Amino acid sequence: MDLVYSTEQQAFRGEVRQWLEEHVPTTALESFDTAAGFEQHRQWEKTLAQGNWGMVTWPKAYGGLGCNLIEWLIFEEEYYRVNAPLRVNQNGIFLLGPTLMEYGTEAQKQRFITKMASGEEIWAQGWSEPGAGSDMAAIQSKAIRDGDEYVINGQKIWSTRAVFADWIFCIFRTDPDASRHAGLSFIFVPLNAPGVTVRPIRQLNGLPGFAEIFFDNVRVPVFNRLGEEGEGWKIAMSTAGFERGLMLRSPARFQEAAKRLVALYRKKRNDILDLSVEDAVVRCYMDAQAYALSTYQTASRLMSGGNIGAESSCNKIFWSELDMQIHATAMNLLGSKAELEPGCDDAAAELGAWLDGFLFSLSGPIYAGTNEIQRNIIAERMLGMPKK
Amino acid sequence: MDFNFTEEQLAFRDGVADILRDEVTPATIRRRWDSDTGLDAGLSHRLIDFGLPAMLVPEDMGGLGLSEVDFILLAQACGSVALPEPLVDEALVATPLLVEIANTTMTGGERARALLPEVANGTTRVAIGHWINPYINFADSADLLLLAHGDEVHLIAASDAQLVSQRSLDPSRRLSKITWQPSQASRLADGPVAATLWRCALNRGALGIAAQLLGLAEAMLQQTVQYSIDRQQFGRSIGANQAVKHLLADCAVKIEFAKPAVYRAAYTVSVAPARADFAVSHAKVAAGQAALLCAKNCMQVHGAMGYTWECDLQIWMKRSWALDKNWGDAGFHKNRIHEWLLRPGALLGADQTFGNAHLAVVAE
Ligand SMILES: Cc1cc2nc3c(=O)[nH]c(=O)nc-3n(C[C@H](O)[C@H](O)[C@H](O)COP(=O)(O)OP(=O)(O)OC[C@H]3O[C@@H](n4cnc5c(N)ncnc54)[C@H](O)[C@@H]3O)c2cc1C
Repeated sequence: MDLVYSTEQQAFRGEVRQWLEEHVPTTALESFDTAAGFEQHRQWEKTLAQGNWGMVTWPKAYGGLGCNLIEWLIFEEEYYRVNAPLRVNQNGIFLLGPTLMEYGTEAQKQRFITKMASGEEIWAQGWSEPGAGSDMAAIQSKAIRDGDEYVINGQKIWSTRAVFADWIFCIFRTDPDASRHAGLSFIFVPLNAPGVTVRPIRQLNGLPGFAEIFFDNVRVPVFNRLGEEGEGWKIAMSTAGFERGLMLRSPARFQEAAKRLVALYRKKRNDILDLSVEDAVVRCYMDAQAYALSTYQTASRLMSGGNIGAESSCNKIFWSELDMQIHATAMNLLGSKAELEPGCDDAAAELGAWLDGFLFSLSGPIYAGTNEIQRNIIAERMLGMPKK
Repeated sequence: MDFNFTEEQLAFRDGVADILRDEVTPATIRRRWDSDTGLDAGLSHRLIDFGLPAMLVPEDMGGLGLSEVDFILLAQACGSVALPEPLVDEALVATPLLVEIANTTMTGGERARALLPEVANGTTRVAIGHWINPYINFADSADLLLLAHGDEVHLIAASDAQLVSQRSLDPSRRLSKITWQPSQASRLADGPVAATLWRCALNRGALGIAAQLLGLAEAMLQQTVQYSIDRQQFGRSIGANQAVKHLLADCAVKIEFAKPAVYRAAYTVSVAPARADFAVSHAKVAAGQAALLCAKNCMQVHGAMGYTWECDLQIWMKRSWALDKNWGDAGFHKNRIHEWLLRPGALLGADQTFGNAHLAVVAE
């Protein structure tokens, strides 16, 4: 064990810090759930790509820097330290990217990774259907082989940022006779393809943060299939591992939120009448640290050839509950002003951001597989408890 | 000792609840969001016809002469439908404050007495600003504002104040920040009497919130139980999963133990509003916890559906998040309980459950 950053790692941190300080927009971008905000964020992805910072863990050939996971964590720490824009392409770079690296052909990597890294193509994830939420194996949308193409019919729902995105990676039933986990395939669809209809769905804050997508005889080349036909479930589970486990929510995000919470606490300290709020601030800070510690440990294990299993479900529960705790505590600190929307007369910028974060934190225990399902996985697969 | 509501109290509640259920639906609430005033004028008239604004006004001042115990179930019913109209603040807080002033010999007493008939019959609407709330809900629809200047109670025409509207996360709420000039003429009460009046107002305000939070919590739970039956995953209702059952059972437990605390607080406020701090704070904290847990767990059981604008659950969740921090947040009320517990000679122990109210009756 050696819990000290090496000279190279420190130098890397310095390099990231300097670049970010020179490039991070000085005024906050609009929400990426608006058309204008989405384009601002896409532009930011392009700026990142110019410095090869789009996804630092990817090989240089695909627009990355060939960094290892510890370096990735350092990058993320610096990224959140300066409150850089949220990643509009997170479904691409954090979920599809690593999956493509593992299952994609060389031609697919060349075609899709490079444009993902450059910010030219923003991705959405299309797994859930109206009848297939927690029970994803109930997917009914079909992609039927017709020569060199698939013909797609069906419906997806809750696809984050699909209102403005360019591509969507989906799971479709390629073998209509197979049931449940069998006969599914992992397929990419351009959202401007003929036959695709995107209907925006407004979220709790009123913005169209996700969408429903209808496929009516949509044709895509077989080249757009990742892995073998029928391998969709297996590949999807490895993507889900990235989503719940390491990538989607790096610890820096919560550590910086906890730091802002402590700043708010210092400011409000003399008005606090509720001991449980003080306790919550302490717990939030500790838990954000604990999540970072656990992630460093996981990264170290992965780098020495280990893998990530059911404990990714532990991660998902931990970060989502931590995020709720941080934001609920901030709401308690803000008291009777917590309900104010951003931008109205009395709402300082800090107020509005906490409210938005509070609403979003409530979706954490739902997306990326609900926390009830994660608890089932932990109990059955990690602890070996009996299935029903 | 009898902790039951009377047949008449329950029947009155049922009558009002029927109207509310018919007229205050998610569709009519969403219509208010897009309207100028945020109010449903027709409904306001029906509530006035029922005598609701006048419930706590004595009969000789043109009211129904009823008590907080009579009103509490109605406040809960208002929460159940997430009523946007500020009926509870008007009938349970603003109007009783005027009644108390009318009962004093201060110069403002006469003004209050003259005003009460038109407040009771709904022709004049009064909104109330207390230091504990930075904004006043629906001040822009009120005719008169009851405001605090230090401990003094002032009454001014709403048109004499400057209102800056503030957007709440709950689109049903129409908040304003108020700037105004106190004057000799606007003062209704001052001195220690006025300080006590504000204290009573705070207790009434918090009591009204507690009852509404209870109603909100019950309504969220009820909708979500239904959703858990209707929504199928893995070939059966999601509610058949123990994990889902437990989420909702925990809500039911919180609600069950907030309820009697709210009813005791109503009783205590009715016999001694100035000595009801402990009972009110207990009710407010417990009802707030119940509503917040329901919001969190009910959203969870709804899955992604619960995170949408379309899903009506948001109406109740957002009201709960807002009201929980109104008329004193949990910290304020827990602290009042804390101080009360540490007071020399605090009435603690099994024989003192209702001691506070009892003492008040004796002392009054
Ligand atoms: C903000 C947000 C963004 C999202 N983005 C995407 C996206 O980009 N792409 C995409 O494909 N999907 C996305 N989703 C959808 C997400 O994956 C689903 O919401 C999730 O899988 C749950 O499905 P559901 O919403 O249908 O809930 P349901 O499956 O209907 O579940 C409802 C409730 O029942 C519980 N439940 C169900 N089955 C069981 C069981 N067997 N045991 C115990 N409890 C159970 C659940 O835990 C939950 O509490 C997003 C969701 C949200 C909220």
